Amino acid sequence: MRRFGSFVIVVLAIGAAGTVSARSVSGTVRDVTSTLRELTEREQAVHVLNRLAFGPRPGDVERVMRVGVDRWVEAQLHPERVDDRQAARALAAFPLVQKSASELLRTYPPPGAVRVQSRLRGDTLLSARDSAELRRQGQRAREFVSDLLAAKVARAVVSERQLEEVLVDFWENHFSVFIGKGQVRYYLPEYTRQAIRPHVLGEFRDLLGAVAKSPAMLFYLDNAQSVADSTQPTLAQVRRGGRQGAAGRVGRAGGAGRGVVIRRPGAVGQRPMPRVDSARMAAIQQAQQRRPRGLNENYARELLELHTLGVDGGYTQHDVIHVARALTGWSISPPRSGRAGFVFRPEAHDAGEKVVLGHRLRAGRGIEDGEDVLNILARHPSTARFIARKLAIRLVSDSPPEELVDRAAAAFTRTNGNIREVVRTIVTSPEFYSRAAYRSKVKSPFEVTVSALRALGAQADTSALSAGLVARLGQPLYGRQTPDGWPETGSEWMNTGAILNRINFGLMVATGRIPGAPLRSWPQYDALVTATRAAQVDGVIESFLAGRASSDTREILLSGQNPLADRAAADSSLFRADDDGARMAPGGRRGAGRGGRAAALGRVPALAGLPQVIGLALGSPEFQRR
Amino acid sequence: MQRRVFVKNGALALVTMGLSPSFLRRAAYAAELPGARKGKILICIFQRGAADGLNMVVPHGEAAYYAGRPTIAVPRPRSGAEGTAIDLDGFFGLHPSLEPFARLYRDGLLAPIHAVGSPSATRSHFDAQDYMESGTPDLKSTRDGWLNRYLAVKGTCEECARQEASPFRAVAMTSQTPRILEGPSPAVAMNSLGEFTVRATGSSAERLEALYRTGEADLIHGAGREMFDAVKLLRAANPQRYAAENGAEYPRSQFGQRLREIAQLIKSDVGLEIAFADVGGWDTHVNQGGATGQLAQRLSDFSRAVAALTTDLGDRMQDVLILTMSEFGRMVRQNGNGGTDHGHAGAMFVIGGGVKGGKVHGRWPGLAREQLFEGRDLALTTDFRTVFSETLSKHMGAESVQSVFPGFEAKGPDSLGVLE
Repeated sequence: MRRFGSFVIVVLAIGAAGTVSARSVSGTVRDVTSTLRELTEREQAVHVLNRLAFGPRPGDVERVMRVGVDRWVEAQLHPERVDDRQAARALAAFPLVQKSASELLRTYPPPGAVRVQSRLRGDTLLSARDSAELRRQGQRAREFVSDLLAAKVARAVVSERQLEEVLVDFWENHFSVFIGKGQVRYYLPEYTRQAIRPHVLGEFRDLLGAVAKSPAMLFYLDNAQSVADSTQPTLAQVRRGGRQGAAGRVGRAGGAGRGVVIRRPGAVGQRPMPRVDSARMAAIQQAQQRRPRGLNENYARELLELHTLGVDGGYTQHDVIHVARALTGWSISPPRSGRAGFVFRPEAHDAGEKVVLGHRLRAGRGIEDGEDVLNILARHPSTARFIARKLAIRLVSDSPPEELVDRAAAAFTRTNGNIREVVRTIVTSPEFYSRAAYRSKVKSPFEVTVSALRALGAQADTSALSAGLVARLGQPLYGRQTPDGWPETGSEWMNTGAILNRINFGLMVATGRIPGAPLRSWPQYDALVTATRAAQVDGVIESFLAGRASSDTREILLSGQNPLADRAAADSSLFRADDDGARMAPGGRRGAGRGGRAAALGRVPALAGLPQVIGLALGSPEFQRR
Repeated sequence: MQRRVFVKNGALALVTMGLSPSFLRRAAYAAELPGARKGKILICIFQRGAADGLNMVVPHGEAAYYAGRPTIAVPRPRSGAEGTAIDLDGFFGLHPSLEPFARLYRDGLLAPIHAVGSPSATRSHFDAQDYMESGTPDLKSTRDGWLNRYLAVKGTCEECARQEASPFRAVAMTSQTPRILEGPSPAVAMNSLGEFTVRATGSSAERLEALYRTGEADLIHGAGREMFDAVKLLRAANPQRYAAENGAEYPRSQFGQRLREIAQLIKSDVGLEIAFADVGGWDTHVNQGGATGQLAQRLSDFSRAVAALTTDLGDRMQDVLILTMSEFGRMVRQNGNGGTDHGHAGAMFVIGGGVKGGKVHGRWPGLAREQLFEGRDLALTTDFRTVFSETLSKHMGAESVQSVFPGFEAKGPDSLGVLE
């Protein structure tokens, strides 16, 4: 966990990777390394914009070449030094994303809370007012979810700190949670803001710890309700000096016989509740439905399999159980306390001895058990390899060269899991700048959407439409149900339905209907709209396909006449189409709902001229690659 | 032979449009092979939100049912009340809104299964739906859905195994691929048939296709070519030309329309084997109603849509099985808001020519306090995997149900016996 001096890191990185790093911008080093790279300067600029950013915006390739590819990469590795007023401005449109989970829970109470309150008042039926309130709250609850999804797209489109956004996407996906499960949606804004973002280029152990203590993950993978098995003493019992039997235990209120003696989790020491009337009883039972039932291995298993060691990382079912036992008591404070956050519950913590991956954790300890487990996992060589490989898959290719994975894993181990150094090792390597890696990745739906908007030079879409389109393409944001996250490899994104949606998406973008992305946001639009077809095709290939299209593609884009070539741009019907797009903007908010509901692709008007060329380019096979 | 195919499909004009060999193969397959016509079809319908099994298939012979639900119970048959349960066998009755199912029951085409569901004790919608779709209760590490695992095992249709699978072998009428169909075997998700098309007109559409028919032979071009083949196959088969038959009337709801399109897909012989649709609105915590009200309305839409599908398919129901499911049932006692909270076991419907209908299947555990699960819910007597396995082995002819439901030992193939 301790950080090496940055100087040491730089030297080590240069030594190990045999290539450039922070100092490479100085002339001689750069010349030497450039010759090691298989890509031309221009290709390198395109490549870093496709991998360390969500694709080039108009003029970006030239800008990166002007600054120098290595200097640009180095700047991206230190996002805090990159001015990002654009993103700050875009983010101001989504105030709800800045709210805490407690605030959101207060402002947008889950429907269940209203029902329980009504029952506690003893109502037998919901009043009309309560019913209306329920509906209103459901409506408003969708608002903050839309904001969360729209903000993710908007930042990826406009932020100057592109590598940071790419890695936020990577780590959110690595530590994937599902927005549609229970209260996860309330915890998500805090999760991404506090657990993920601050650590995407930081220490892996810090990131792992922040996620392990995040209410989003604790809720999603059930650790919040994992309590010591009845065969084990709890820490609370040990502290009180001995075991006290089931009556003093949390979460054992299961059987029918105990009916009315109900303890809320964490309420040990309170008096048992007295007998209550049936309405109240029903309300309490409702609240009890997620009551703890004993040890829950869910988080422990995914922590080992998905977050750290990997499925072949060398752990056994014994390790899963002992990790789960070590993490008992890592839970969430009740939202009603006003601070919905991490809490350690001694009364739920298994105080017995555990052995995790050969390390003995002695009996009678508390939260240190879990911290030690995270230390063991973060330092494990399998973790170094697993994370290194996954980053290389995202950044280099679906099957990254083993030598590169070795070096990245070595960087991980050497720096105690400094993510910046692992990423630096990967993105300064000859393998990264290899011909084999260039344009070898298939874009994910999120990448397709964001890169199309960036290519157009779009502003932030403050509606939920863009996020809805990502969902339509098959990747609802925060909408992966299973904890493995969305696939990082391209083949899994390519199938019959997917390609159809991508083509239709390109046509949709080419209508200029997406809020923030009228076609005229593309700087060359006005100049080219009345130009020859050849000029249009050249401009579009240059901007949208990074100048690289097969001769067949060029030929196909070229064929056909531009119906506007002889007319003045001002009376073109296409401008009216753009204006339609502008009018559609406010309605876009209805787009994505909980779990990123998909936006309909709608009817697409017949395209001709420049918009047709743009639509064809966005729907082309070339655009699906990065 | 191929010429005849195209004439039959009314798609002769397509020959001039530069069809790929694989499309010719598929079109031939769709119209000519016995597998396509005679292959068995499974339609799974998920009632998301935990449908109240006790008010769908009403145990009107149980006093405890009426004691626990003073304002929302469905009245006994012939009790003179306005809206009563439709008696099935003297003990169970159908909710009056399930009247369309009563006819199917009497015709021996429909069988309710009661006290069925997931052995998991979870009362979380998310977890329970996850288990019902992964087919592995209480095991969260399963990544694929059980219908997808089925697609990987061999089914009835010997010809199909030799042929390239139809792109429409597994279709979900949903905007995203549902968990139950997640996995390596291909499945198509679509909101509607009309949506499965390139939204471009004239030269744009042709050029888009040309972009994928030329250039490299890589993954992306391959997927694109397959897609254009599939779009053409669907256009040639033109499922939308099939009007509902036999006087079937689908509700105008989204669910009703999606079932109508599933029928159209079946009639157009595009090689459909597995279809999936879901329908929400079952989480009736508040003002659920009894013989009338909120749940009654949901059930009316539900049963009219499903019954219309069976009417529409007519004789083809011999090869079709419809299976309805919901993640869990609801508490026996009503709550303080005139609704019901999350429970345990629920009810499923199995509909089709091969069903031993006219009988309520499953062992009834009773509703006395000591018979309830955790003192409050209908106890489980049939694991949902028993129903799913029986469906796959007996209806679909799957050879290896073990690999679809790993670790599950059904008590012999006839443990439930809901299928012939």
